[in-house]
Amino acid sequence: MQITSPAFKENARIALHDAGLQKALGNLKEGFPVKRSTAVARMPEFEQLRDEGTALKNHILENLDIYLEQFEANVIKNGGHVHWCRTPEDACKKILDICKEVDAKTVTKGKSMVSEEINLNDYLEKNGVEPIETDLGEYILQLRGDHPSHIIAPAIHLNLEDVSEIFHEKHKRPKSSDPKVLMQEAREMLREKFAGADVGITGANFLVAETGSSIIVTNEGNGDLTQTLPKTHIVVTSIEKVVPTLEDMTLFLRLLARSATGQEFTVYNTLSTGPRRAGDQDGPENFHVVLVDNGRSEMVGSEFQEMLRCIRCSACMNHCPVYGAVGGHSYGWVYPGPMGSVLTPQMIGIEEAGLLPNASTFCGKCESVCPVRIPLPKLMRHWREDEFSKHLSPKAVRWGIGGWAFFAKRPTLYRLLSISSNLFLRVMAGKKGHIKKIPLAGGWTDGRDMPAPRGKTFMSQYKSRKQS
Amino acid sequence: MSKAEILGNIRRGLKRGEATQDQKQAVANRINKHARNLVPQRAQLPHEQQVALFIEMATEAAAQIYQLESINDVPKTCASWLQDHQIDTLVTASDEAITSLDWSSATDLACVQRVAEIGDAASLTTSFAGIAETGTLMLHSGATSPTTLNFLPDNHFVILKRSDIVGPYEDVWQKLRETTKGDLPRTVNMITGPSRSADIEQTLQMGAHGPKDLIILLIND
Repeated sequence: MQITSPAFKENARIALHDAGLQKALGNLKEGFPVKRSTAVARMPEFEQLRDEGTALKNHILENLDIYLEQFEANVIKNGGHVHWCRTPEDACKKILDICKEVDAKTVTKGKSMVSEEINLNDYLEKNGVEPIETDLGEYILQLRGDHPSHIIAPAIHLNLEDVSEIFHEKHKRPKSSDPKVLMQEAREMLREKFAGADVGITGANFLVAETGSSIIVTNEGNGDLTQTLPKTHIVVTSIEKVVPTLEDMTLFLRLLARSATGQEFTVYNTLSTGPRRAGDQDGPENFHVVLVDNGRSEMVGSEFQEMLRCIRCSACMNHCPVYGAVGGHSYGWVYPGPMGSVLTPQMIGIEEAGLLPNASTFCGKCESVCPVRIPLPKLMRHWREDEFSKHLSPKAVRWGIGGWAFFAKRPTLYRLLSISSNLFLRVMAGKKGHIKKIPLAGGWTDGRDMPAPRGKTFMSQYKSRKQS
Repeated sequence: MSKAEILGNIRRGLKRGEATQDQKQAVANRINKHARNLVPQRAQLPHEQQVALFIEMATEAAAQIYQLESINDVPKTCASWLQDHQIDTLVTASDEAITSLDWSSATDLACVQRVAEIGDAASLTTSFAGIAETGTLMLHSGATSPTTLNFLPDNHFVILKRSDIVGPYEDVWQKLRETTKGDLPRTVNMITGPSRSADIEQTLQMGAHGPKDLIILLIND
């Protein structure tokens, strides 16, 4: 997909004025966060599970090479294949090669963010293989030529009317505005596709080193049909998904559903281990795991290593005031919200994605709900520092920070300045107590009023309390 | 080539070369121990209460549960449900528990043993276990239990013996390892209620791509 991260500000401005998008985003606020908090309240050990999940991920990362080789050995032992891919191009090419080996015309796909990351659909299409998305949200987006705006609810930016229109146009059936009817329509349309596909591609939520299994977690059952009916099953996934044992996978499953949708457990949790066995009447004859790196191995040992703990639950974006206001497309690439603001600069470069780690209020909500306690604000700050040290931030920002540093290092001057600006703002605000417009700060005051400072300055309060 | 580069990057990040024999052995030992992480209190209960919890959680996940005195009650229960839903064919798995059932009372019902096909209205399978913690069924593939039966038909009947209900997930991993001698079947399914999606306006709709109804036949054994 086309990268629009450098235009984040413009994207956000348009998003804030998009009535349809704002209506759709409105559903988010009362949805996932409320359901998550109910589910967490029902699991008294949730905080301990988070601690254990965090520690376990740290242990895995310290031994990542060993676990990956163990995983590979067990996949091979069970008759499957593992392909290591450094770049998105490597991964796309490998997948196409496998498709060509079995002379594939159509490929069904379960939901996979890694496949978005490597831009797989475009690549397959250009090379004569038709990819068919089967997750309801992804299917809607594919019909529209659209792409996901959320990592687990890809069509969250759309309203019922949008779905109704595109189904009417593409399915050539009478227009319906009943979600139940629309879902039934998608079900019927995709039945034949499931059966007719030559290859099924899914992602993986986790890879189990002990058994060489991959697991997918879905509510619809599309992933299961995708990986059971065609002759070849390809798992496209990334290197940080490996866990040691089934017990360890279980720890993360307990965290994942609750953090993501607020469910006690997702409807289908399915382990795939190699191809069908002798005597099996169904299941794929070939099993491939495509392991994508795309910059992750370079994060090991770096200041961003903690990001590799991420289990892609989406809690950070569900609770993010910025994501909630501008939606996922504003971020301009595959991964939106706080986790995306850390990952995207790693994958497409800070030069392109510099605005993303700046698009945060640092309210800390993301870190407070992260099941594996990733310090997302800290990691975004690292990117800001990186951007600053590479002289990538705009001149106005650099001068502003430079100016602030000049005063901050001179306390008497700083106090004088703060007292005088305090007075100035109060005069500007007058009796109303808030300011409609501040020169040179239109970006801030266009969308809201600036409240005038109240009470005494910090230093004068500090002094008077010290005296008393 | 890619593999060496990826592993090389990881090792550089970890500030070491290829892991030593001791480091590899430590990881192998950790795997072989199958140690449990924190297991929530919720499902650590006497068996009778695990059964009650399973029923409560599966019902919450919108599964239908019929408690039967004997496995011999399966044919008439299926037949009556299917008749109510105007379905005349049932596709079944072929494990012994199912092949030994007597369907002679279900005169209007055609039972066929095969993999599922598009258009099948109902299937019947057994299950490997029930997990009380979240009301979850475990099924796995095998010569007599094709996976398509769990996903393609519109309605899925699952036989579950009360004695096969365990508390937490960890108990079922142990049971699975013992039964399969450590070699996992191609597919292991954990199923909690019927298929659903909230992809249209965050509103939950039942019956996406998998079964629209999941009917658990809980056998008193």
